[in-house]
Amino acid sequence: MASRLRPWLEERLPLADLLETLRHKTVPHHRYSGWYYFGGMTLFLFAMQVGTGALLLLYYRPSATEAYESVQFIVTRVPFGWLVRSIHAWSANLMVACAFAHLFSVLFLHAYRRPRELTWVSGVLLLLLTLAFGFTGYLLPWNEVSFFATRVGTDIAATVPVIGHGLVRFLRGGNDVSGATLTRLFGFHVAVLPAIATALVGLHLLLVQRHGMSVPPSVERNRAADPGVMRTIPFLPHFLLRDLFAWTAVLAMLAALSTFYPWELGTKADPFAAAPAGIRPEWYFLWAFEALKHMPSTLAGIDGEFVAVAAMGIMGIGAILLPFMARNTPGGRRLVVWTGIVMLLFMSAMTALALAGNTP
Amino acid sequence: MTRAFRGSREIFRTARKNPQARKSIRWGRLFSAMPSLETRDRRNVLNWLLGLWGGGVLGAVFYPVARYLSPPDIPEAAAVSATAGSARALLPNSGRVVPFGSRPAIVVRTPAGELRAFSATCTHLDCTVQYRSDLQRIWCACHNGQYDLNGRNIAGPPPRPLETYDVNLKDDEIVITRRS
Repeated sequence: MASRLRPWLEERLPLADLLETLRHKTVPHHRYSGWYYFGGMTLFLFAMQVGTGALLLLYYRPSATEAYESVQFIVTRVPFGWLVRSIHAWSANLMVACAFAHLFSVLFLHAYRRPRELTWVSGVLLLLLTLAFGFTGYLLPWNEVSFFATRVGTDIAATVPVIGHGLVRFLRGGNDVSGATLTRLFGFHVAVLPAIATALVGLHLLLVQRHGMSVPPSVERNRAADPGVMRTIPFLPHFLLRDLFAWTAVLAMLAALSTFYPWELGTKADPFAAAPAGIRPEWYFLWAFEALKHMPSTLAGIDGEFVAVAAMGIMGIGAILLPFMARNTPGGRRLVVWTGIVMLLFMSAMTALALAGNTP
Repeated sequence: MTRAFRGSREIFRTARKNPQARKSIRWGRLFSAMPSLETRDRRNVLNWLLGLWGGGVLGAVFYPVARYLSPPDIPEAAAVSATAGSARALLPNSGRVVPFGSRPAIVVRTPAGELRAFSATCTHLDCTVQYRSDLQRIWCACHNGQYDLNGRNIAGPPPRPLETYDVNLKDDEIVITRRS
């Protein structure tokens, strides 16, 4: 059977070519190559999100009256429902963490340089999409914390000049966060964003495959000083097995976190109740949330919130356009590294402040 | 496999006789210290371990998923009886579909004026039947199945008659009851 199936498939699919390409593919091996695995781990977590998300869809009901109860049903009545939901929530958080680690490692190792500019751009867009996934998914259980966090989060869009009000209405599906917001964000979360993400992931992987792994400038310099052959390992099976090992470790971590720290559901959202204390967004939005809090109401005659939002917008655009602005000289690279460090410190400090301020 | 074990046994035997060799055995280095162990055997052991690991991971993933996919049983009290509206409003040669627990039932007043009730779920493929006054039969629109006024399947694909319920009147209200 197998002996007949293989030629049949090979006649119709470019399997042999693909296998041949993979067999010749090598991955550079040096002291920083451990950072190569974060991209793969992010991809693995994305796959986990698709899988567990599809499972959750089987029982979830996207309406203000039923959403909370359906999630409650999933975690209390459906066999292993608590596990599936917890893995989805934990995996989302680990995915954001992995994506950030991947971004900063690429930044510090200067992997965005020519000819990998588009790989970087698609990567930053994917990170923004990941954050959008987090934001839209947060409301879906329709609990108190997520309800008010979404209210605050969507309200920030109002500071955008001219189109701000329209943007808020677009995000909320009306003037207020309501059942219409829930179905809207649900649609984004399970249809619009996954479609864009899948296309971008495809492009990102294609580009990674096309250009191969980037070698950091310092390693390249050492190679130039010592003209020995660059150390590489074969993609098949060496790199793939290491990837698989990393993925299994991530899976084990997810299972452990979900089992010992199952994701809480909280109390059902009541649009007419006062906001409870301790309303805050997910940890990866905390730095922005805290920065907004520390902004004075007016700054040199301009609305403070607007200044903060504008600064974040410029940061985002700067991140996307980084490979076109950074010069590939020792000075230029040092500037990139220092900018990265300052950003990282700023975000960490703001997150720490938010965490400290919110602890009762 | 067997050769691999024989090889390791050989090492231990030598080690027992020779203290110098015993020193050289460390568990972590056992594989590399095996002189008679061929690469092929070593690879077999590793492949076997890899398979075990892969199988474990797959099992740990697919067992919960399979359990998750089977919907939990929601205990629903099997309806014993239900009210089915006004008897006077149900004219001769007409029928009415009413809820009976979580499934539909059909109440029919025959042209002779008698009240009868059946399960309204077609025995063919689960569609809900209706009363056809022109045919004076219970009819299923999905595949043209037909039942007479005793619920017997008389035309079309239905394989079994409809379940018959008892009909009682409480003043003007029709009460249908499952037969025990």
